[in-house]
Amino acid sequence: MSQMKFEIPEIELMKSGHVACPGCGASMAMRYALKALGPKTMVVIPACCWAIIDGPNPCSVNGVPVFHCAFETAAITATGIKAGLKRQGKDDISVLAWAGDGGTFDIGLQAISGAAERNEDIIYVCYDNEAYMNTGIQRSSATPWGAWTTTTPVKNPKERPKKDIVDILLAHHIPYVATASVAYPDDFIRKMQKAKSIRGMKFIHVLSPCPPGWKSQAEESVHISRLAVHSNVFPLYEVDDGYRYTISIQPKKVPVRDYLKYQGRFKHLSEEQIELIQQAADRKWDILMKKVEMGELFMQN
Amino acid sequence: MADSLIAEGLEKYFNPETTAEVKAIEGTHAASYAAKLARVKVVSAYPITPQTTIVEKLSEMCASGEMEAEFIKVESEHSAMACVIGAESTGTRSFTATSSQGLALMHEELHWATGARLPVVMANVNRALGAPWNIWADQTDSLAQRDTGWIQCYAESNQEVLDMIIQAYRLAEIVMLPVMVNMDAFFLSHTTEPVALPKQELVDQFLPEYNPKYKMDINDPHAFGGLAKPDTYMELRYNIQKSMEDAHRLIPEVADEFEKVIGRNHGGLIEEYQTKDAEYLIVTSGTITGTSRIVVDQLRAQGLKLGLLKIRFFRPFPVKEVQSVLGKIKKIAVIDRNLSFGRCGIFFSELQAALYNCECRPLLNGYVAGLGGRDVTPKTIEKIVNHLIASEKGEDLIWMELNI
Repeated sequence: MSQMKFEIPEIELMKSGHVACPGCGASMAMRYALKALGPKTMVVIPACCWAIIDGPNPCSVNGVPVFHCAFETAAITATGIKAGLKRQGKDDISVLAWAGDGGTFDIGLQAISGAAERNEDIIYVCYDNEAYMNTGIQRSSATPWGAWTTTTPVKNPKERPKKDIVDILLAHHIPYVATASVAYPDDFIRKMQKAKSIRGMKFIHVLSPCPPGWKSQAEESVHISRLAVHSNVFPLYEVDDGYRYTISIQPKKVPVRDYLKYQGRFKHLSEEQIELIQQAADRKWDILMKKVEMGELFMQN
Repeated sequence: MADSLIAEGLEKYFNPETTAEVKAIEGTHAASYAAKLARVKVVSAYPITPQTTIVEKLSEMCASGEMEAEFIKVESEHSAMACVIGAESTGTRSFTATSSQGLALMHEELHWATGARLPVVMANVNRALGAPWNIWADQTDSLAQRDTGWIQCYAESNQEVLDMIIQAYRLAEIVMLPVMVNMDAFFLSHTTEPVALPKQELVDQFLPEYNPKYKMDINDPHAFGGLAKPDTYMELRYNIQKSMEDAHRLIPEVADEFEKVIGRNHGGLIEEYQTKDAEYLIVTSGTITGTSRIVVDQLRAQGLKLGLLKIRFFRPFPVKEVQSVLGKIKKIAVIDRNLSFGRCGIFFSELQAALYNCECRPLLNGYVAGLGGRDVTPKTIEKIVNHLIASEKGEDLIWMELNI
């Protein structure tokens, strides 16, 4: 990490008046994203919480053009907008696809895979609240192992691990992939600015705490986000050109228990189950470190 | 047709003053050239038989620079439609093409294009839907999209495909609704016909640059398509209906304007052929029309007062036009290369409903023929006419040449 003081841009493109729940990670994330990208930005929002958060017709909380699109089409609608702008000589406008985990991991996976394979010049941010929160907390393929949702009740919680969306995007050989957290706005904003400066497909995966869905306290959202980073549940890193891995924030190796305990969705878990989550987090970190090493090896050669 | 008629037709079609070149091309390529002449800036499509040659030709023209457009080769038809929706939202003229299963996959996005008031133009090759697989002509694919708010036009010839795609942009960009130009699989899509490509400057004169009132613009930021509550949604639907009604009025006007500049007119929402003194009438759409013209000529030569009505637009439906024509006829045969299971041919049921409020209600028979690309020959049509003449009571659904 650079020791230089990072200035968060003062510009506030996301105005007051949004209709997100208190403590919504996705609303914080949009504020930072627009600070980073500035007014020469267009936002594409599929069905997700943000389809509501932005405000009902004709209101919009964002001071940039917003196009609401169908659930599975964020990546491709953004692609179409970029193509239209390019033909009008307005290629300097950033087009931001802004989708939840359902619209990215599940129903939108085909369109994002297509856009990534073609290396479309868009920024895709997935704000991941780990379930279908806008429809009322149903499991998605981003829901972590063991979590409660309304479709994975306590008697039968999620039996499969969270899909690794970052690895899926990396398999498309795109120039920039990163994870981000609302607990680290400077890191998030820097990554968004970097994404803006790169041509081709950029993918940023933001963990987005959801107090109603996670059964957590609104005032704890940033704290929980920080614990996710430091427990290796959601490590912060970036990958340039598909192989150069850089860890953004060194984790303090907090036990996953400390991250889980703030969230009612995990309260049914036994000690043994929490231990399994701990092992999975440790393994994920070890694998990540191997990837960092491999990237360094490639750079040396 | 008599030789003189053919000569007259040719002169009308291939007016050297308005034509840059006469090319022998298939229907799909007529669609590709139309997109080029309309100065489309964004193309997005996914290949499906028998639409593929539209996409191939456009790719070729975009790659060579003959056409100045972005071509986004997407991973599905759903994405093709979403892509042109995105491009159109910035005020950029866009084009796509599909068929059958692809159109069915697009269904959700067809509604979106209409609701977002984006004048997308699409060529659809009418092909049967599976299962079982069948790649041949059948109109059920596009007719199943009836309620998506798309203006729908059905072409009879490759020239009509080309001319209607150009006219579609003019119409779409006035009423701010999407337009689908349909052609029958293989009978048009893969049949070579001489097509007059109009001079570019005349097309430019007919079709001005697209500059919508509202678009995605960083200098005037708005949100498009945000939540509309029950207090506003209905009015937005009312507005779409009003625009459909505007389209109804404008379709013949646009056709007349096209004729003034380019010199061809394929008709308004309908085209009448030999209807003046007709006692019997065949109602058709698409390529069955061409075959029916021959049968009308032949039977007229034998003294039968037979006429033909070609339905060119399915949405908006030409209610008042068919009322004014059909009200004077004794017996009518509607030929449908499509079927709504549990009812009858789709054009038939629309026509029947349109005639309900007519004072004079003619005898109306619905014939379903040629599904899945089966030939509808002059003999088939003669059989239909003979059956019609012998009918004493209208029948909604009569299956033609069924092998059971």
